[in-house]
Parts: sequence; structure tokens; C-alpha cells
Amino acid sequence: MSRVFRITITHSVLIWGVLLMLVPLWLVFASSTHSNSYIYNEGMQWKIGGEFFDNYDRVLNKKGGFTKEITATRIFYNSFIMAFGIATLSVFISMMAAYSLVYFKTKFSTLFFWLIFITLLVPLELRILPSYQIVSDLNLTNSYAGLILPLSASAIATFFFRQYFRSIPDELLEAAKLDGANSWKFFIDFLLPLSKTMIAAMFIFMFVYGYNQYLWPLIMTTSEKYWTVVMGLKMIYGGNSVDRYAYVVLSLLPPVMIIIFLQRLFIQGLFQTK
Amino acid sequence: MSFLDLENVTKIYPNGTKAVNETSLSITEGELMVFVGPSGCGKSTLLRMIAGLEDITDGEIKLDNKIINKVDPSERDVAMVFQNYALYPHMNVFKNLSYGLKNKGESKEKIEKKVNEVAELLEIKEFLQRKPAQLSGGQRQRVAMGRAIVRNPKAFLFDEPLSNLDAKLRGQVRIEIKKLQKQMGVTSVFVTHDQVEAMTLGDRLAVINEGIIEQVGSPIEVYENPATFFVAEFIGTPQMNFINGKIKSNNFISEGFNCSLNSNINDQNVIFGIRPENLKVSPQGNIQMKVDLIEKLGADSIIYGYDKSNNYICYRENGNTNIKVNNEITLEIEEGKYHLFDKETKKRLN
Repeated sequence: MSRVFRITITHSVLIWGVLLMLVPLWLVFASSTHSNSYIYNEGMQWKIGGEFFDNYDRVLNKKGGFTKEITATRIFYNSFIMAFGIATLSVFISMMAAYSLVYFKTKFSTLFFWLIFITLLVPLELRILPSYQIVSDLNLTNSYAGLILPLSASAIATFFFRQYFRSIPDELLEAAKLDGANSWKFFIDFLLPLSKTMIAAMFIFMFVYGYNQYLWPLIMTTSEKYWTVVMGLKMIYGGNSVDRYAYVVLSLLPPVMIIIFLQRLFIQGLFQTK
Repeated sequence: MSFLDLENVTKIYPNGTKAVNETSLSITEGELMVFVGPSGCGKSTLLRMIAGLEDITDGEIKLDNKIINKVDPSERDVAMVFQNYALYPHMNVFKNLSYGLKNKGESKEKIEKKVNEVAELLEIKEFLQRKPAQLSGGQRQRVAMGRAIVRNPKAFLFDEPLSNLDAKLRGQVRIEIKKLQKQMGVTSVFVTHDQVEAMTLGDRLAVINEGIIEQVGSPIEVYENPATFFVAEFIGTPQMNFINGKIKSNNFISEGFNCSLNSNINDQNVIFGIRPENLKVSPQGNIQMKVDLIEKLGADSIIYGYDKSNNYICYRENGNTNIKVNNEITLEIEEGKYHLFDKETKKRLN
């Protein structure tokens, strides 16, 4: 009896959570398949309408902005490049940083680590002026490099990799040393395959982080060609609700695809104990 | 001929701890030397210095007449079996065994041939495609051995490789290691804190305490003629009995009992040591004991009790004893089977 009760409780909590996530999404999606005037008069819809192809085709290909040289397709592409670049670079840089912090035991490696960690207290929004100054001096405004580089050193990813590397037993390094592995080989042959799951998890985190950026691209780009997803949402589709719904649904796709692709590894990475 | 030489080897850690203190030892070719001692005595540090995993603060280590102090671990031509095996978790057994050979630049055919030979020798051929996580403790142990053997090294170094196995398996693997080592004739150093392992495996033992080698010798030599009080205390279960007293004109005198000695030793304060199996019940005996506790092990019985001056004495009898708790028994010391240690220097006197 109590077992049935417990299962009922846990399942209803889970189902409630799933609904909480899915219902708003479904509302947005269903509403995005009706005509704008219908939504304007009737409000958001639960049922699928007949305007799916028209709406999505329009949203993807309509030229927006003041100079009319940007489409939503281009915006998604920009954001994908930015997020992918940030994720790839920050995983690479954090792994290298963590590798040197853990395995090259210099006198001050703990101090260095805390210095890196402390940068968490200084988010981009706080140092946006000096960051802009640097990027502008390097002539990187209105470029992918300018969008990606300032965001690709991640203290939190360094922290995760450091903790993970520390949990790898020293004997593994010693055995590898006796087997003739130098420090580069140890990284490639051991750390890289062993932290596969951690890499996937960090990649997803950093991808979503990069994808959600608003303030930095807003300040960084003066050319509409470099607009990104969150900016576009406001700038292109100020008035038309249906277009906005369709845009939101479309903007979900790149991160969702990344997560589906890396999901198995990602979950292992979050829950592995060793 | 000596093959692996330690000359005044010293290890001082950056925090000032002296782990190994001016240790010298020479190990002959094909010999199995066991470093035995309590935990923290420096035996593992010594082994890791031979492997090249720890720097040598002072002194020299020679392998096959070549000083290897500054030689990189991979070029020393030694192989090590670690306590937790340190198998590569993401590689299957075949890759675990072949990784070292691959780094040496051996050809693919040669690697395959060697790995298969070793796998056959260790009977792990059917596991070659498995990952370490899919193996049992004993199988992992074999793979760890295989990884050492496959490189055909000049010396094997074992760092307590049996301590993760259950008691029964430990006994089996111990015998296998001994056989393999004899069969291959490779010079080996085996570190353990387990004296049964030390006694059964070693051609010779080095008993180490606080960074100093207290005694080197064959297991029986060390057992029968412990050079210091520490060795006498450390080797042998149940432990040797120790009684404080003094020597006066070739008689040992203590509060509990006296006995005459058959060797000439100056009058001084001493520790008198006698192993439990060198006592026997006899009416002419000189140790009176009141029995406190009896352990019956089947093959023999171990009887504990107090002598007249309240020293706790242990006595071992073959078979199933008739002695009961609270009995008063008289024990005789077997002729000449006692050990005398200087009370100050703790060195053996007789």
C-alpha cells in the first residue's frame, strides 16, 4: 500500500515537472501555426493551425533590421558559430589550464587556481567597458573572433576539469610514465579519453552560455550582419506575435540538437563518481 | 654478482621528512628481495626511487652497472606492479599490455606476438578484449603482472600488489608470483608490510624501520637470528615474548624468573626474548605462568598468561591443548633458543 502511495507521489511530482516544462512550449508552438490576426483576436491556441509552412518560411527568410540585410537564418547561423566557438575554445582552454594546474605542480598552482576561480566574481557585465576597449583596440568589433574570444576563458569549466583530474589516481600517471608516456602523450592517450563525458557536459554548458549571450553581442556589433539570436528576437519582430512565436521555436533547435547529440555522454558526465 | 645496487641512498622530502636514511643494499641478478616494514617506514619510497618516480636526495642507485639516478623512468628498463594495479581504465586488456611496447616503437607484429605470449603464460587470453572494469580482482592482478612482464624489463618492482585481494586469492597469487619470478629469473623487489608474504616470497628480506634497513638476510636467518629488537618484534606471529632484566655473571635475572646463559655476556641491562614455540611445559621449567586466554587454531594452540611479575607471556603448543584457563603451568626455555638485546642500543647481544 505504502509502496503504491510512494510511486504515485513521485510520479505525480515528475509528471507535474514535465508539464511545467512542456505546456508553455506547446502553447508557443501551437500558436505559431495560426495567422497573426487570428491570434490577435483569439489569444494563444492549444490546437495546431494551418499556417505552419507560411509562417516559418516567412520568419526564416524575411529581411529584417534597418538596413534589411539580415534574415533569421543568418542570425541562427551567427549564434551557432558564436556558441560553438565559445564552447570549443573554452573546453580546450579550461582543459589545458586544469592540466597544468593539476599535473605540473608548480609552487603557486593553488594560488593560480584561486586567481582563476575568483574571476567568477567579476562577470562580463562588470568588466564590459575594459573588455570592449581591448576588443576595439584589436579591431575585432563586428567579427566572429570578437564575439567569441572574450567569452572563451571559463573559470567554472576550469574548476570542473581540475576537480575531475584530481580524482584520477596518481598511479595512473606513474604507470604511464613507466610505460614511456611523456606529458603530451599522457594528455592525449589518457586524460582526453577519460574525460570524454566531462568534455561533453562542459561543451553543452558553454554552448548554451554562448547561445544565450545578449549584452556582449549587442555592444560588440554595429553591423546587423553579426546579430545573434537574443538580439534578433527584439530587433526584428517587434510587432508580429506569430512571427515571434515561430522565431522562439526555431531558436530552440540548435541547443536542443547539441543536447540530443551529446545527451548520453552528458548525463554520464554529470553523475559519474570517478 | 650484484645487479641492483643502492649506495647511501637518502630521501628527504621538501617538508624536511627523512623517509630513507643512507641506505645501502645490493641485490644479485635473479634474486627476489622483499622490503618489509610497518607502514610509513620508507619501503615504498625506496622502491619508487628505484623506479624513478621519486627523486633521490643523496646517494646512488645502479642497475646493471649503470647509475640510473637521473635516468627517466621509462628508460630505466624497470616495470612496476602497483598496489591498486593502475590499469588503464579506458583501454582493453590488449591495449593495456601493449601500450608500453607501442611507445617504444615496436612493430605491430612483434607487439601482437609478445602480448599473446604473455597472455598465454598468465592465462588471460580470453580477456584480451575486455576492459579492466569487467575483470575480477584476481584477473586485474594478472593483467598488471602481464603489463610488467611484456616489456621484458631488467627488474620487477612490486608495490604491495596483493593487499587488494581476499585472503584465499592472496595465497594463490603469492605462489604464482614466486613461480613466475623463478621461471623468468628477473631480479625483483617486492614491498610488503605482511610478514607472511615476506617470509614466503623472499630469497632475502630487508627489514626496514624509520628509513633504515635493520637487517638483511634470508627469511630463516632473520627469523632465527634477529639483529635488532625491532626485527625480533616485527617478524613472527604470535610475537616474540620480551622480558626486561639484567645479566649478572652469565645469569639472566628478572623479577619473574632467572636462567643461566651459555654464552659470555658482560653484566648489563638487557631485554630477553623468546619465541612462543621455543617454550615447553616441563616440571623443571623456570617460568611460572597463570593461564589467562587460550586460542585453539586446530594445528596448534596458543596459550597466553602472566608470569610471576605480571609479564604477559605467550606459549605455543602443537595440536589441541589440554591446558585450561586459570591453570598454573611451568614453562621451560628450549636450550639456547633465546635472544638477548641491549637495553640501550636495542642490538642483539648473543
